[in-house]
Amino acid sequence: MTTQLVTLRVNGVVRTVEVEPSSTLLEVLHDDFGMSDVRYGCGEGVCGTCTVLLDGEPVSACLLFAVQVIDREITTLSGLLGEDGSLHPLQQSFLELGGSQCGFCTPGVILTAHSLCERTVVPTRDEIRYELVGNLCRCTGYTKILDSVEDYVARRVEPEVGS
Amino acid sequence: MMGNATTPDTAPGGRASTIDDRSTETFTPDSSGRISGEVRPMNVVGQRLAHHDFVDKVKGSMLYAADWHLPGMLYGRIVRSTMASARITGIEVDEARALEGVAVVITAEDVPFNEHIERASGGLGELLIAMPILARDRVRYVGEPVVLIAAETQQIADQAAELVWIEYEDLPGVFDPESAMETGAPLVHDEGNVLVEWKIEHGEATSALDGADAVVEGEYRSQHVEHAYLEPEGGVGWIENGVVTLRVSTQVIEHAIEVAHILGLPENKVRVIAAYMGGGFGGKEDMTVEPFLALLVWKTRRPVRMIWDRQESMSASTKRHPFIMRYRTGVKSDGTIVAQEVDIIGDAGAYPYLSARIMFAGAALACGPYRTPNVCVRSRAVFTNNVPTSAFRGFGAMQVTLAYESQMDRVAEALGLDRFEVRRRNFVAKGDVIPTGETLQTAVAISETMERAWAGLGAPSEPSAPNKRVGRGIGCNMQPYGRTIWFRDRASAWLSLQADGSLLIRAGVTDLGAGQAASLCAIAAEVLGVSLDDISVYIGDTALTPPAGGTYATRQLYMSGNAVLNASNQLRDKLAPVAADALGCAVEDLVFESGRASAKQHSGEDTAPFVTMRELVQQCGAHGVDPTVFALWRAEAGTFDTGTGQGASFPDYTYGTHAAEVEVDVETGEVTVLKYVASHDVGRAINPMRVEGQIQGGAMQGLGYALMEEIVLEEGNNLSSLFSGYLIPTFEDMPDIRIEIVESGEGKGPLNARGIGEPPIGNVAGTIANAITDAIGLRPTRLPMTPERILDLLDASSSSDGG
Repeated sequence: MTTQLVTLRVNGVVRTVEVEPSSTLLEVLHDDFGMSDVRYGCGEGVCGTCTVLLDGEPVSACLLFAVQVIDREITTLSGLLGEDGSLHPLQQSFLELGGSQCGFCTPGVILTAHSLCERTVVPTRDEIRYELVGNLCRCTGYTKILDSVEDYVARRVEPEVGS
Repeated sequence: MMGNATTPDTAPGGRASTIDDRSTETFTPDSSGRISGEVRPMNVVGQRLAHHDFVDKVKGSMLYAADWHLPGMLYGRIVRSTMASARITGIEVDEARALEGVAVVITAEDVPFNEHIERASGGLGELLIAMPILARDRVRYVGEPVVLIAAETQQIADQAAELVWIEYEDLPGVFDPESAMETGAPLVHDEGNVLVEWKIEHGEATSALDGADAVVEGEYRSQHVEHAYLEPEGGVGWIENGVVTLRVSTQVIEHAIEVAHILGLPENKVRVIAAYMGGGFGGKEDMTVEPFLALLVWKTRRPVRMIWDRQESMSASTKRHPFIMRYRTGVKSDGTIVAQEVDIIGDAGAYPYLSARIMFAGAALACGPYRTPNVCVRSRAVFTNNVPTSAFRGFGAMQVTLAYESQMDRVAEALGLDRFEVRRRNFVAKGDVIPTGETLQTAVAISETMERAWAGLGAPSEPSAPNKRVGRGIGCNMQPYGRTIWFRDRASAWLSLQADGSLLIRAGVTDLGAGQAASLCAIAAEVLGVSLDDISVYIGDTALTPPAGGTYATRQLYMSGNAVLNASNQLRDKLAPVAADALGCAVEDLVFESGRASAKQHSGEDTAPFVTMRELVQQCGAHGVDPTVFALWRAEAGTFDTGTGQGASFPDYTYGTHAAEVEVDVETGEVTVLKYVASHDVGRAINPMRVEGQIQGGAMQGLGYALMEEIVLEEGNNLSSLFSGYLIPTFEDMPDIRIEIVESGEGKGPLNARGIGEPPIGNVAGTIANAITDAIGLRPTRLPMTPERILDLLDASSSSDGG
């Protein structure tokens, strides 16, 4: 099969990789780049496990071919970490409020919530539910995920904390 | 009501519990259930703390089974049966073998020992059926493995699978367990279609029913359900030092022994490492990828990865047993139960797996938390040509909850009594004899959970439209924690202090994602006064960690928690004389806290002399003390007599009640859950945040089971093998789950904790069925309670009204 050399921008780093036309973005990130924060969940774009941000918008990496996203800005969960590896405040809220159990869905959930919080300063609980409807979680029952996002939002609007 | 139970307002962190808070006067915890030596406030246990694994999870850096990439790795693929019942007349693999990039193609004849015999009941009377690893001449369900492939890329492996040609000769199949028991039904196995028949008998049910003031009858049906963990089955395997090594997503590393048998290797030549799991819920309790990975690794001598895609996972993995449950409940006119007759039939699918044990749990718990002096329960697992069923959170004891909770409301309705009063009148209590003939040994705080759950609903809601009806229901349950006790369960742990004072815990537990490893750290940290940051925990590796048994049956806090508590106490007892000598004080005056041992007889003395853990370890050498402990913990043992239907069953139970408010649209049949409260007695909450998370997750999974989820099988073909067709609850389907934790201070786990992994899924279906009945006056008895089924009920009722 013909392969193609493509350039991807992942978490601000430019990487070049040889892919087949049928290689999904998920396969390239997980298998070729060894990124554990982008995971296969269903391969049909339903569960949200493989969510990454494409130019800031959440997308399912299993539904995109790598050749479709050349030169686009791709952000995975590890892209939210500080330069010293410190947790993003949204990740900190998930940690402190039990927003993660088995952790498998967590990257997709946090990225989707993050994109919402970038667009909306103080989303309501219902808005958070609506935004996250494409991210399935089988462990938490969702309540503590919603608590975590709300906690982040509340802390962010406190003037002395900032973001 | 328990005197020392706490409210959730004080539970999180603010609870004034001390390590000498040892429960009520009459409860004798297992000898290891307490902390050695001292009285001081708890520092770690009872706190809402996040552990190391959760840091990795929120960062995305946790390495699950699919995340290891090995040099020169091949990719595995299983070719599965497309027929539910057929003879294999030919398997053609030459074309697949010839495809460039294919490393190996394996069929039944290449498997050294091509069978696995499950003895799930421990030899108490189920049929012994040999399940082939790869089907040789007969397939019994759609999805049964037939051919195994490894190739240089996943794409090539998938392509090769398309080139395998299996020739079948159709055989008659049987697809529901009642047909399978009829005379002349096609035999799934020559040995017979009834895998096991359990009987539990106590008293004289028949005559007691005859003499009852009223007899309430009911029939209930549940469905095939998929675990739907977000992480599909998978892992990698390789050979290292002559040992076949598998790093997989599994609840049970002890399957290494079965893998060795299949490969024809000595038991010490297979090693299984359990990665932290992306969910399991019982679905990773049986072997999944293990034998296939091992065969491919063994034949190719190369590393291999195998990940089941979602469709493969949903169509071929084991499911929850559908139950047919028939109940006759005899009561006095005041609502007191005098007898119950119960018949349960479970669809085992095509192979035994754990059906025998699951149907036992269903039988043993058939009467739920209600005193039933005269009982006759029959419970059967029946083979069909459906996908096999096996362990799933609740393990047979959860299906019967729909039945016994519906029966309780029916009793109240039949007698014109209050549904709470009927329950209170019949709740079991500590010291009661249950249907298996055993006596309940720990507190039964179920009444308090009922009050708390109901109160948690708050003020009733008004219907949101003229075509809507609002109703409320409750559902109580008891769910065992720990294995059936004739298995003589045991778990071990190995603790060692390093020279710098940091602590290593080694325990063979596997971590489902619920914090199994974190709980062990919390217990050791509490006893030894070591900071959580100074503890590393190694889990789930048959080569390096002492055996703990698998993570199932809500047993790991109970088993490994007690093993770690034992080991911690012993380690503290070894260190105490060294510390006392260093500080010139008596052993009794020591307090282990904040990474040091202090000579502080009276609390509040900040200037007390101390020795750090690091100094203490360094002084151990001079005292000839080895700062390491290996401890084994054994659960109580017993036997069950299948002849009399009496004997020992489970070590203990967790009790709880859920309450729900629903709104039913009588035009569409749609049920909306408006409010949901769940309350369980956990004895003591080791980490309240994790306890809440378990209950919330269990309740949500139960809501999916009650209202949405069903694996639809048509002649054995799975019609719902994708997430787009198998709906699990999303963020928008259900309300927040409110939690009311009760801490009775009694339980057989460490520090008097009870297990909470499985219990919270059990109550839901009964709770919702009772709430729907309250709303529309008609009782759903079949799961899931979809809009179509509710409309059918409404239609049947209006047509009979009209007629």
